[in-house]
Amino acid sequence: MRERVAIVGVGCTSFRPLSPEVSFREMVFEAACRAYADAGLEPDRVGTFVAVSEDYLEGTSIFDEYVPDQLGAVLKPVQTICQDGITAIASAYLQLATGLFEVALVEGHAKASNVLYPAHIEAFAMDPVFVRPLGLNPRFVAGLEMRSFLAQTGNTEEQAALVVAKNKANALKNPLAAYPALVTAEDVLASHPVATPVKELDIAPFADGAVVLILARESVARTLKSQPVYIRGIGWMQDTPNLDQRDWSQAAYAELAGRMAYRQAGIRDPKEEICFAEVDDTFSYKELQHIEALGLARCGEAGVLLSEGYFLPDGPLPVNVSGGSLGNGYLYDASGLRSVLEVVLQLRGQAGERQLPDVRVGLAQSWRGIPTASGGVIILSNE
Amino acid sequence: MERVAVLGAGMTRFMRRAQETGKELAWEAARMALDEAGLTLKDIECVALVSAPDAFDGVHMKGEYLADGAGATRKPFMRSFVGGGSGVFAIIHGWYHVASGHFDTCLVVAEEKMSSTMPHPQAAFNTIYDQFTERPLGVNLLWIFALEMNRYMQVHKIPLETIAQVSVKNKLNGLDHPCHQEGITPGPDLTVKDVLDSEIMVWPVHRLMVSPVTDGAAALVLASERVAKRMTDKPVWIEGVGWHLDSSYWTNRDLYYPKYVEYAARMAYRMAGITDPRKEIHVVEPYDPFAYKELHHLEGLLLADKGEAPRLLEKGVFNRDGDLPSCPSGGLLGVGNPIAAAGTMKVAEIFWQLRGEAGARQVARPVKRGLAQAWGDLMQVGTVVVLGR
Amino acid sequence: MMKPQNARGVPLKDEDLKVGKVLTTEWRVKADYAWDCGIAIGRYFDGLKEGKILATRCRRCRRTVVPPRIFCEWCFKPMDEWVEVRDTGRVNTFSVSYFSWDMTPLEKPEVPAVIEIDGCSPGVGFMHLLGEVGDNLDEILRRVKVGMKVRAVWKPADQRTGAITDILYFKPEEE
Repeated sequence: MRERVAIVGVGCTSFRPLSPEVSFREMVFEAACRAYADAGLEPDRVGTFVAVSEDYLEGTSIFDEYVPDQLGAVLKPVQTICQDGITAIASAYLQLATGLFEVALVEGHAKASNVLYPAHIEAFAMDPVFVRPLGLNPRFVAGLEMRSFLAQTGNTEEQAALVVAKNKANALKNPLAAYPALVTAEDVLASHPVATPVKELDIAPFADGAVVLILARESVARTLKSQPVYIRGIGWMQDTPNLDQRDWSQAAYAELAGRMAYRQAGIRDPKEEICFAEVDDTFSYKELQHIEALGLARCGEAGVLLSEGYFLPDGPLPVNVSGGSLGNGYLYDASGLRSVLEVVLQLRGQAGERQLPDVRVGLAQSWRGIPTASGGVIILSNE
Repeated sequence: MERVAVLGAGMTRFMRRAQETGKELAWEAARMALDEAGLTLKDIECVALVSAPDAFDGVHMKGEYLADGAGATRKPFMRSFVGGGSGVFAIIHGWYHVASGHFDTCLVVAEEKMSSTMPHPQAAFNTIYDQFTERPLGVNLLWIFALEMNRYMQVHKIPLETIAQVSVKNKLNGLDHPCHQEGITPGPDLTVKDVLDSEIMVWPVHRLMVSPVTDGAAALVLASERVAKRMTDKPVWIEGVGWHLDSSYWTNRDLYYPKYVEYAARMAYRMAGITDPRKEIHVVEPYDPFAYKELHHLEGLLLADKGEAPRLLEKGVFNRDGDLPSCPSGGLLGVGNPIAAAGTMKVAEIFWQLRGEAGARQVARPVKRGLAQAWGDLMQVGTVVVLGR
Repeated sequence: MMKPQNARGVPLKDEDLKVGKVLTTEWRVKADYAWDCGIAIGRYFDGLKEGKILATRCRRCRRTVVPPRIFCEWCFKPMDEWVEVRDTGRVNTFSVSYFSWDMTPLEKPEVPAVIEIDGCSPGVGFMHLLGEVGDNLDEILRRVKVGMKVRAVWKPADQRTGAITDILYFKPEEE
């Protein structure tokens, strides 16, 4: 029987549109200090470190050089994973499972405000031969996908707009969030078109921030002061990177990563067994798409359930009670770590005003953004 | 911890400029590795890719872009990154997938297409330096190697001629590697004098002491003991892995000795149960992007005392017919340096050496255990893999 | 039998691109960034603008380090104090570069160096350029020695902007 792995420490900075007073090093140092304090551990107890980053989001090649100092990781096993935050947790999880280490640290951050032309960087991720020469604003990918998804599933633009209203309102109870607001579905529908049917308010705005998580094998977790939150299942998946080979309406990466995680967790009926979820909502419609891909609603049902209040904080299956990326701000690959952070806080009973009652099993899901088709799913439990 | 074996290795030719796209390079290497392992992509449960800075291939998030070429469509896939150390780290990354017990097979792929960067790939290296304190000085990549090389030479009083011998050894060794980059070695009669006469790039680095810019890919298939025993009666086991990353404040460290390589080596030796590496390692592929680096790393790997590697080199210890053959493949100086794939090529070399399949490159002494090591970042990363039969 | 066998790959020459033997596509990426200096580097740059080199000190490991940082990466705790260190030092290592950052050949070589700064812990310093050390390799190798004393040459105060380039270079200083 494999020894379980738990999340034993969490730390983060607040998420905000600008962070000019601190460098990325200083921002990550704050999150790391908080995580170590939360876990009641010193850096020398950590055996391996995993960071997420992408060079072009930092403006530095081989950014992995700049990881160790602010994590207490100098002259230790450190690696950078160019994936979403949940996949990075998977890397740490696998390393702990080998028995080579007892404690692992995972870090992600965003200095999105320092990227002067994010659309250019996003376009730089497109296939250089077949897509980039079209010279389109990369958001066109979201526009194509949203139209296809709505048409194939019967979910509506209005229901996607409700996602925005819900998440930004949820963020009002999250002191960390960058963009809490009361907006209505009408506000969203009336907002400026970007790549129809995607409109301005359908898109999570960028934010700066850092998140650090500390994982430990159960035998160590039980000796620490924080309540361990166990990883029951984890999955990660890469779908085809080629736009022209995609099934535009489905988030296959989320479905397959979900299946991997559910299988490991022994979950047969996610809609019944998952108490709450933090899913990627980089674009409003993505939340609906991910909910369905994860089996938390049947195909075409997510929007209807949302409009009936099913996914509200006081509904049967609260989704993005943290405010999601729409409410907190989009942190690039660190967003997945932020989602996991919320699940951990909820399961520990530390979510303050946002606290959901009697939660035992939570799910977090991440997506890497345009133009990718990859992401991870993690299922956590406090039992 | 599950035992993990290497079942097959593959690579493309190493070229200054390949016609193949990055995806195609990855595919060719992966296909060869799968063929050698006797497996197909259907048998592969997860994929681990390495590729060094996105700036070279010219694609942001290039892990995603290369994923299909690496066989990762609809598979759990991770791209990891530790600078130049990635090539050996790739195997470690794949290793923990299988050693964890969660996967039975893993395809490890390393790819680099440096030629995409115009006008010259070297320019991209300016951005690896600190944007506040270093980039404004107009720093180029060769600076940091030259600074380290000079420090190493000064501390141990190593003559330039000795360092030039590394170039001669590796470039001549590389002529026996079917994939070596065209033009990487002026000719089979290369001498120390030729190396010292070559153009000074950044003193004390001469042109023939630097590995070139290269396109290429390499791949390995890893499998659990259960699968390995089914597929082959000559498994090559991953006996030890180690990796360490030092501080980014490289100007606060003494560059004469790569402590991070020593730490990584100790981690791998501990895991492999090696207490006397000089006796227990029979063939070694240390990372040699610059001639002096091979010596620097041999010391960090504890295969020579500090300052002693040059003397052992002169005695012939590191030749193919020596007691501890080093870079029998020809290394980066003799085969080429597609940043991430170079380290993987070295692991493939150890794999083929241990199976007696290195042909003209096969070392004279019997080999049961070999080591491959890569380095990366701002003189920061050591990655080490010990393979054994 | 020698592995690898039948390795694939089609090498191209630069000529092939010029004469259009293969199809190519080009892209220029607008990768511009405005990085937040933050507390430590912000103050460091303020110091440089005033013609001072500032360092930070950790009481636990007793290191004084430059470039300054708000935390000690060894002890993983905040630095305890800021100190002004000297603008002199010793050459830890140096080299002589005949190529610029983008591989353009240089007529007159540049001399990058790591300079251990006086007032910092032993072996601690930063990278910069040496100047007034000669125009060709022989001259430079005669003039520059590891361990040699050097002094910063600053831009005039009204030309300093708060950057590492406020120091033009370090020049040799007699013992």
